[in-house]
Amino acid sequence: MNEAVSFYIVQLLNGLAYSLLLFLLAAGLSLIFGMLDVVNLAHGSFYMLGAYLGYSILGWTGNFWVALILAPLLVGVLGMLLEGTFLRPLYKRGHLDQVLLTFGLAYIFMDLAKWIWGAEVRSVSPPPSLEGSLEILGSVFPKYRLFIIIFGLLVAFILWLILEKTRLGAIVRAGVSDKEMVSGLGININLVFRLVFASGVALAALSGVVAAPVLSLYPGMDFDTLILTLIIVVVGGLGTLGGSFFGSILIGEADVFGKVLLPDYALFIIFGVMAAVLVFRPSGLFRKGGA
Amino acid sequence: MQNVVPFQELQPGKRANEWKKYYLAALVIGLLLLFPFMNTSSYLINLLTEVFIFGIFAMSLDLILGFTGMASLGHAAFFGLGAYAAGIVAVRYSPDLFITLPAAVLVAALAALLVGLLALRTSGVYFLMLTLAFSQMFYAATFKWTWLTGGSDGLSGIPRPVLPFGGDSLINFFDSTNFYLLTLAVFLASYFLLWRIIHSPFGQVLIGIRENEKRMLAIGYETRKFKLASFVIAGAFGGVAGALNAFYIGYASPQDLFWAMSGQVLVMVIMGGAGTLIGPVLGAGLFLMLQNVVSSYTERWPIIMGAIFITFVLAAPKGMVGIYGKVAEKVRCRLWKH
Repeated sequence: MNEAVSFYIVQLLNGLAYSLLLFLLAAGLSLIFGMLDVVNLAHGSFYMLGAYLGYSILGWTGNFWVALILAPLLVGVLGMLLEGTFLRPLYKRGHLDQVLLTFGLAYIFMDLAKWIWGAEVRSVSPPPSLEGSLEILGSVFPKYRLFIIIFGLLVAFILWLILEKTRLGAIVRAGVSDKEMVSGLGININLVFRLVFASGVALAALSGVVAAPVLSLYPGMDFDTLILTLIIVVVGGLGTLGGSFFGSILIGEADVFGKVLLPDYALFIIFGVMAAVLVFRPSGLFRKGGA
Repeated sequence: MQNVVPFQELQPGKRANEWKKYYLAALVIGLLLLFPFMNTSSYLINLLTEVFIFGIFAMSLDLILGFTGMASLGHAAFFGLGAYAAGIVAVRYSPDLFITLPAAVLVAALAALLVGLLALRTSGVYFLMLTLAFSQMFYAATFKWTWLTGGSDGLSGIPRPVLPFGGDSLINFFDSTNFYLLTLAVFLASYFLLWRIIHSPFGQVLIGIRENEKRMLAIGYETRKFKLASFVIAGAFGGVAGALNAFYIGYASPQDLFWAMSGQVLVMVIMGGAGTLIGPVLGAGLFLMLQNVVSSYTERWPIIMGAIFITFVLAAPKGMVGIYGKVAEKVRCRLWKH
């Protein structure tokens, strides 16, 4: 096969793997915003915590799969506690106080991570069963990245299934459009809030664990990731799963191809895409209604 | 809040109160002018210099946050761009104060115009996310464009400014007292200008937007233009603060544009009290004092700062000015009773 074609296929798959990692983040952020009306600026921090916790758990147990399950669970529990103690008193106040609160949390997590895990760059190796590469359409592709793609698509499918086909999902969707009505129907909205926040945060942590073998762990990964996630939800629109999904694919692919083709301007390509969306469709590509 | 008639305005002797305010202001300014000559330690002079610099920075953020009601989480971008603009001009061309400072204002204002034009196509939480995202873009750019900015090492060797007349021999800004007086002068000028802006018809429109943007739109104000103007002015003053800081420490680094810096100035505004001019300055003072004290005991200042931030957001969202107002109200109620 033509070398150029195989190069593009590999980059396309790389982009897809990256996009799906970002999707886990954007979906969590979007879900939390849709339900709680909170833009969680500590979302990148939970991603970072997930990655570092996964790293430590992998160090203790030597098993990647244990880390993959345990780290998001722990971060989810942490999120649950934080929601109850800090966010709940603020629901009656405006957006700003909530955003500022999560900003303060991000500050604390940044320093905490530096304190516990140090400032040096760390890397995680993929589980032994997923080391090495496969040949797809004549091009060599790492097995682990293929795992990310399959895993990401699976999680996306499960999320869709839960949101669209279960009773819990119906409650969450109803809550996104009208919280008071839902609580008026006798549903414990506080519990739903807590669950949504915990699962959104756990999704971020899950993304962190899965990303660790591909992207290294370093201080600053929290906001690098948060910014990408914010760009995705601006492009895709907050509060919809579809917007997060297609926004992630657009930004993820743009980032990967930008880094390969124009390494010096990669960042500006993403911002260029976002600027174009803002100019032509300020309410986001997939958002219903006006800005 | 700003548009509610304050309690004392209903009282007789309001004009006496006004005059008291001016006397107090004159007294404070006089004391600040004399401060370095009262056998003060250079530590205190430097601390106050920093308070003025960050006071300007915090006031500029408050113009958009507290007076226009737009939350920007990327205000450090303009601080940092001002620092780099002033630094690059000073290092490569001339340390003349009347060239470096306008350069910083120009670059910061242009960047604010660019960000504002795009970010103000949205509002609310989207605006907030976009300001944060754009500031991180500038942050990444300072890393990438090593030929211009010195990359991750930062831009070092920025000289203190020089006046176009007389040069070093007249006023030497390497002297910490002279530099203190320079920052004091710029600070007072900024305070006065911002005060005039807020109390002008334009400023009243901004406050109107904060209180009820839809109503302002319905009356016929093109609120987006007012918001953009407010954002650009705030960016320009942020640039002034950045330039002064670059002169002060002789160094501009990507950290000046980092989100943590945006967070830091937000804390100052929140601690002091958003929606007032003096609040952010007091917040900057308290913040820098705390930072100085805490940093001498522990390296974990960011954690403590985050905790202070959260405490203020949860318990005292109106900051020190709000706390003072509450206490004063209580005292006044007591006095009226007896």
